[in-house]
Amino acid sequence: MKKIEVKNLTKVFGSHPKKGADLLKAGKSKDEILRETGMTVGVNRATFDVNEGEFFVIMGLSGSGKSTLIRLINRLIEPTDGVINIDGKDISKMNKEDLLTVRRKKLGMVFQKFALLPHRTIQQNVEFGLEIQGIDPNKRAESAKKAIEAVGLGGYEASYPDQLSGGMQQRVGLARALASDTDILLMDEAFSALDPLIRKDMQDELLTLQEEWKKTIIFITHDLDEALKLGDRIAIMKDGVIVQIGTSEEIMRNPANEYVSNFVEDVDRSKVLVAENVMIKPDVVTTFKDGPRVAVRRMQDKGISSIFVVEKGGKLKGLLTIDDAVEAINKNKWVEDVLINDFHHTSPDTPLTDLIGIAAETKYPIAVVRNEKLVGIIVRVSILSGLVLGKGEYTDPESDEETLSADHSPIEAGGDQA
Amino acid sequence: MNYFYLPLEEWTNNFVDFWLIPTLGGFFDALSVPIALILDWVVYLLLLLPPELFTIILIALAWKFAGRGVAIFTLVGLLYLGSVDLWVDGMQTLSIVIVATLLSILIGIPIGIWSAKSNGVNQVVRPILDFMQTLPSFVYLIPAILLFGLGGVPAVISTFVFATPPCVRLTTLGIKQVPEDVVEAARAFGATSWQMLAKVQFPLAIPTMMAGINQTIMLALSMAVIASMIGAPGLGNIVLAGISRVNVGLGLIGGLGIVVIAIILDRITQGLNPKNS
Repeated sequence: MKKIEVKNLTKVFGSHPKKGADLLKAGKSKDEILRETGMTVGVNRATFDVNEGEFFVIMGLSGSGKSTLIRLINRLIEPTDGVINIDGKDISKMNKEDLLTVRRKKLGMVFQKFALLPHRTIQQNVEFGLEIQGIDPNKRAESAKKAIEAVGLGGYEASYPDQLSGGMQQRVGLARALASDTDILLMDEAFSALDPLIRKDMQDELLTLQEEWKKTIIFITHDLDEALKLGDRIAIMKDGVIVQIGTSEEIMRNPANEYVSNFVEDVDRSKVLVAENVMIKPDVVTTFKDGPRVAVRRMQDKGISSIFVVEKGGKLKGLLTIDDAVEAINKNKWVEDVLINDFHHTSPDTPLTDLIGIAAETKYPIAVVRNEKLVGIIVRVSILSGLVLGKGEYTDPESDEETLSADHSPIEAGGDQA
Repeated sequence: MNYFYLPLEEWTNNFVDFWLIPTLGGFFDALSVPIALILDWVVYLLLLLPPELFTIILIALAWKFAGRGVAIFTLVGLLYLGSVDLWVDGMQTLSIVIVATLLSILIGIPIGIWSAKSNGVNQVVRPILDFMQTLPSFVYLIPAILLFGLGGVPAVISTFVFATPPCVRLTTLGIKQVPEDVVEAARAFGATSWQMLAKVQFPLAIPTMMAGINQTIMLALSMAVIASMIGAPGLGNIVLAGISRVNVGLGLIGGLGIVVIAIILDRITQGLNPKNS
């Protein structure tokens, strides 16, 4: 379902904005209008939809009009032309009272510089949206409490904003937007003022919060890595124009023009690709029918030194090395008794960047696990090829295994199950 | 440069004699009644309090808001006022300052807020404030006498004219200084312009507004001597007597009394400012 529909949304700053909008319709460019009339085009006929529950990222460099665009959506800046439907109602034509109601009930906003009220405590800041709606104090205290807990700031209710770090202040900003329980969150470079580590945490938490609170999010950023990580779909803006809209995959694969491809070239693939993209299908033994002899046989066939053991239904039990399997045969033990569990596992959507360090130090493959089931394994070579080639192009584990055995010492190759 | 004669003097006198006083005289009389009433009431109250009790109250305020040093100064200063036998004069001066300052706050702060919110109002208010601040105060003593007679009321009015500009200006400044992003956030959450003022702009402007009120009080005190020329009672009157009799000692004891009150009021009002505490 379409939550927000934006059609031909235009903003011209200057003495005769309507005239500027007409010139844009007549096909004049932003530069021509600036030269001929002295007016600045902020947003040029932007058209896009955002679905309910979608994480929609608008990305562009400074001056691309993205901050203007997000402010047109809640009319902090008055649009010159165009339509903004929110739940089917055009906000651009609303009178003052209806606009206030929509801002209060439907559109939460988070700001780059936090924009907290310095004279109010965290609790009072988070309550602000509810307070101006005239909600009963007990009820709003309760909603605020819930929002504060959700962003992990429980215990700081009585602090003032200047007593908190930047990351914590932005959590307050987020809690303030959550407390009003609006369907839509507008986030204007919400994490741009935070340092990289905090920023990453906040991104992860935002994704979790979105799932829990079922929000539709429009998120502005100038950072393509952030856009690719967060966005279900991404709109790329330049000079007030949306030049491309698509999923990260589509934008990476088919950049609409040179501007987009320049961006995409700089992307760190390790942040875009996730475990799922580079994992390979594992060889396994199953506990309910295979014994240690089958396991040894299978490892010999494949030329590998360890093998994952799963239960019926694919639930991961542990890892069996060839030495332990031989020991089990000699001493007549069950496979379960010699399994080891000190290998690394990860979820299918872990970014590659988080796996590089692990892959470098572990001697066993990394198990990719979803709902306790083994869905794939990652060996060192799969990370390398993912980084070099991108996803989807690494499909033939057999040939890579050969390459690896040829290039690496037998011990290391054995460690990588290849 | 005397190319033609500008009869500004005659025009003004004609305007005042034949239009202003006949037409608005009643209005000014009506205006002077409540001011006179409040002023009398404040003087009465301040003189009703035993000086010892008043001193204890002021010392407590000074201690709470401005620290021990100021509290000690308050004690010494008020002992001085009593010891030169100027307690009653001091209280009369203080009354005029209090009433004029209240009037300045009551009128100055709303005008300050209004001109922060509307550019048009600001365009009109600014030159008026410039005029009020730069016109020598002796000049408006004359119409003050004409319109309000002699005594405390014209003193309050002329003190008000002289002391209000910083209150208006710093209120406007305080409101305009509220960070744009905070105002924007309040708008984004659906605040009406009244809510914006009451919950965001006004509370954040308080420190700057307090600085303006402090300035207003200081200017009001500095008018004490000038206002005594139109019959205002108090310490200014002592100084004026010192001047007319060429009595240096009399001038000094009155002048020191004004300084004592000025320092006490200044330190306490600065201490009230949340920014300084």
